[in-house]
Amino acid sequence: MSGQAVPADFSEHMLDLDEDEDLEVFSKNTSLADGSPMPNSPSSMVNQYRLEEDEEQADPNNKDIFITVDNPESHVTAIETFIMYRVVTKTTRSEFDSCEYEVRRRYQDFLWLRSRLEENHPTLIVHPLPEKFVMKGMVERFNDDFIETRRRALHRFLNKISEHPILSYGEHFKAFLTAEDLAPHKKQGPGFLSRMGETVRAVANSVRGLRSRPEEFTVMQEYAENFSNKICSVDRVTQRIIKEQREYLDELKQYSPTYTQWVESEEDLAEPLKGMASCMEHCGKETEEQIHHLSDSLLPILHEYVLCAETLKAVMRRRDNIQAEFETKNEALLSRKGDQEAGWQLQEEVDGLADRVELANNALRGDWSRWLSSMRTDLRSAFVSSAEKNVEYYEKCLAVWESFLLSQREESGEQKEGDSS
Amino acid sequence: MIMADSGSSEEVAVIGNTDLTSAESENNIINTMVERGTALLRKMEINVAEAEKRTGKNTVNMQETYTVYLIEVRPAETVPEGGTQAPPDTLWRRYSEFELLRTYLLVTYPYIIVPPLPEKRAEFVWHKLSADNLDPDFVERRRVGLENFLLRVASHPVLSNDKIFFLFLTEEKGWREAVLETGFQDKADSRLKSLSAMFRVKNPDKRFTALKHYSDELNTVISQLLRVRARVADRLYGVYKVHGNYGRVFSEWSAIEKEMGDGLQSAGHHMDTYAASIDDILEEEEHYADQLKEYLFYTDAVRSVCRKHELIQYELEMTAQELAHKKQQKEELATGTVRIFSLKGMTSKLFGQETQEQREVKLAALEQSIQEGEEMVKQKNTECQEFVQAAWDDIERFKEQKDKDLREALINYAIMQISMCKKGIQVWSNAKECFNKM
Repeated sequence: MSGQAVPADFSEHMLDLDEDEDLEVFSKNTSLADGSPMPNSPSSMVNQYRLEEDEEQADPNNKDIFITVDNPESHVTAIETFIMYRVVTKTTRSEFDSCEYEVRRRYQDFLWLRSRLEENHPTLIVHPLPEKFVMKGMVERFNDDFIETRRRALHRFLNKISEHPILSYGEHFKAFLTAEDLAPHKKQGPGFLSRMGETVRAVANSVRGLRSRPEEFTVMQEYAENFSNKICSVDRVTQRIIKEQREYLDELKQYSPTYTQWVESEEDLAEPLKGMASCMEHCGKETEEQIHHLSDSLLPILHEYVLCAETLKAVMRRRDNIQAEFETKNEALLSRKGDQEAGWQLQEEVDGLADRVELANNALRGDWSRWLSSMRTDLRSAFVSSAEKNVEYYEKCLAVWESFLLSQREESGEQKEGDSS
Repeated sequence: MIMADSGSSEEVAVIGNTDLTSAESENNIINTMVERGTALLRKMEINVAEAEKRTGKNTVNMQETYTVYLIEVRPAETVPEGGTQAPPDTLWRRYSEFELLRTYLLVTYPYIIVPPLPEKRAEFVWHKLSADNLDPDFVERRRVGLENFLLRVASHPVLSNDKIFFLFLTEEKGWREAVLETGFQDKADSRLKSLSAMFRVKNPDKRFTALKHYSDELNTVISQLLRVRARVADRLYGVYKVHGNYGRVFSEWSAIEKEMGDGLQSAGHHMDTYAASIDDILEEEEHYADQLKEYLFYTDAVRSVCRKHELIQYELEMTAQELAHKKQQKEELATGTVRIFSLKGMTSKLFGQETQEQREVKLAALEQSIQEGEEMVKQKNTECQEFVQAAWDDIERFKEQKDKDLREALINYAIMQISMCKKGIQVWSNAKECFNKM
């Protein structure tokens, strides 16, 4: 476990690039994968990825795009049955022709969007989607709870993307939110084969290993590993608590019928016994509510961050691969002798790859601090909300028992008056 | 002031503002709803102060370990300002001696609902609690139960006057002999044997039948309640203890975080506090379980009184039946008619009538027997009526005591729940503040 925490803000590092005049970014061969023009100066590049402190979190007051995911409906075709979700977008952004859109999307469409975003921005941290299908526990694909949990996660996913300073301005995101039919958009971009090629190269490079990873990324890598362990533990503990609570509730429910049964044989005691039965029932209901909160509110967030941790690790790997590709080509270049013509071409390739490394690293640096901040906000608010819910639970139970106690004291007060009269 | 050294009284006081009235605090400290009215209690204060382990040879000359309990008795007197109380008289008793005392009381006062002893072995245990008789928590709870038993007997209008009970509290050495000298063993054998035998009463007393039903129902429902309680306690323990894992994980996690670290770490501490709090909570709940158990065991005593009444009733009916039979025989002999088939009748028919003299001898004997029979019936009748009278007095007393005690127990349970909720609110409010600092 690394003792060194990851510094939250990398903006100081980015300033170095301004002063480094050796860095050349003129290149025709590399461009941003989604077609937008390549920034052609170091400073503009830095500006693209630099995040001012106050822009790290999307300011809710300056939000100019609002997305909701709701209204899941079953869609039946000859081949399959699936759920369609309604995605409503309200925006004042100029790149949108209209200010309101409504489309229907299925889970596969979300998968498509995310994979495009990851392709185009390999070292940005793209929020995860809810898992395809939960195997453990008898969760059916069309079970109401499952659909609702998924809907909420999809809603959060789109909102996370919309809050991202870079990801929310891509054409794929726009198409997802606005196009009636996504099919034509799905055919664009680097095809399956080129993606295959990338994967093969990535594997080859990872086998070779990295020459030297900059310290800052090693620190990030370690953090990603550790964070992943910890958030998985928290997730597991929470699941266990839910399980224990459920079992507790099952037993607790036996109290009320037992007290009620006792009422039958008593006279003077009947009234307080009825009170006990009622208290137990109320406490049971409160416990049920508490369990719902845990499993519907806290657990899904924890689970999302379990998936985020995997995303972090994947991002680190991709960054490493980009660096490895450059290093391989660079070595080939350095060890080459003769053939001037081919040498120039290779030099161009190497330069392009070097730029790619630079871009990837900057992208990651910027996004890292944004992600950390966002994670902190999300988890803090989730834990606070859970703690609040627990306080509420005990407050409600307290009220139940205090009211019972009050009723008993009133009774005995009356009795005492009766005795003395 | 009766000191029921329940040991849990201090915890009750510490639980914070549960708005206990002074009367209720007093009741919480006193284990039993003790009537101060009995002559014995006006004179003495009774405590079961301590428990100690002893080893010795038992009846089969084998080494055994057992627990003895220290009984303290001191005259009930007001202590002058600044003065100290006179030291008490003390003696040691083991559980089996308590059992002997109780058996003696059961036999000697069959019409009294004799207070029960605390359980011999731990039952209705939730699994974290030890079922071992030598476990210190069990011994402590038994100590409290034994004191409760003595106080109940001492506060009973009839039982408190018993000499053997007095000697139990005051004579360590000679007590066993004194009990055996009363000869209760003989009564015990015959009475207790008959109680287990099967017999049917022709005209059962409706009140006793109803009482027996009630005591059976109470037994069933309290057993069920104790079972539920044990299972709930088990589960609740699990819930609280798992939160301890949060403590551990948050602590580890805080080590890899910068800004979030402090908040996580301190929240983790509160999770540990939460997990630890269940031990005290459930220990207190044992007290509620013990109060229920006392009445569970009381139902056995009630049932026993009903059965004894049935036995007396049955004996009365048998005696009356025998008398009626004899009277029938006399009538036959006097009038010479045989209404009831009897071997004598048949033989006299077969072998000729008896002489007048023989008849008169028989008649005289029968008269005598009938007279004795009538005396017996009168006696049994009186016995039965006295039993019923005495028993119903005690039953009414018991019913009042039961209602009062159980109501008190329910109130105490509510107070415990309130305390538990307040602890929960405290811990989670603290945790929330820490999370806010994340």
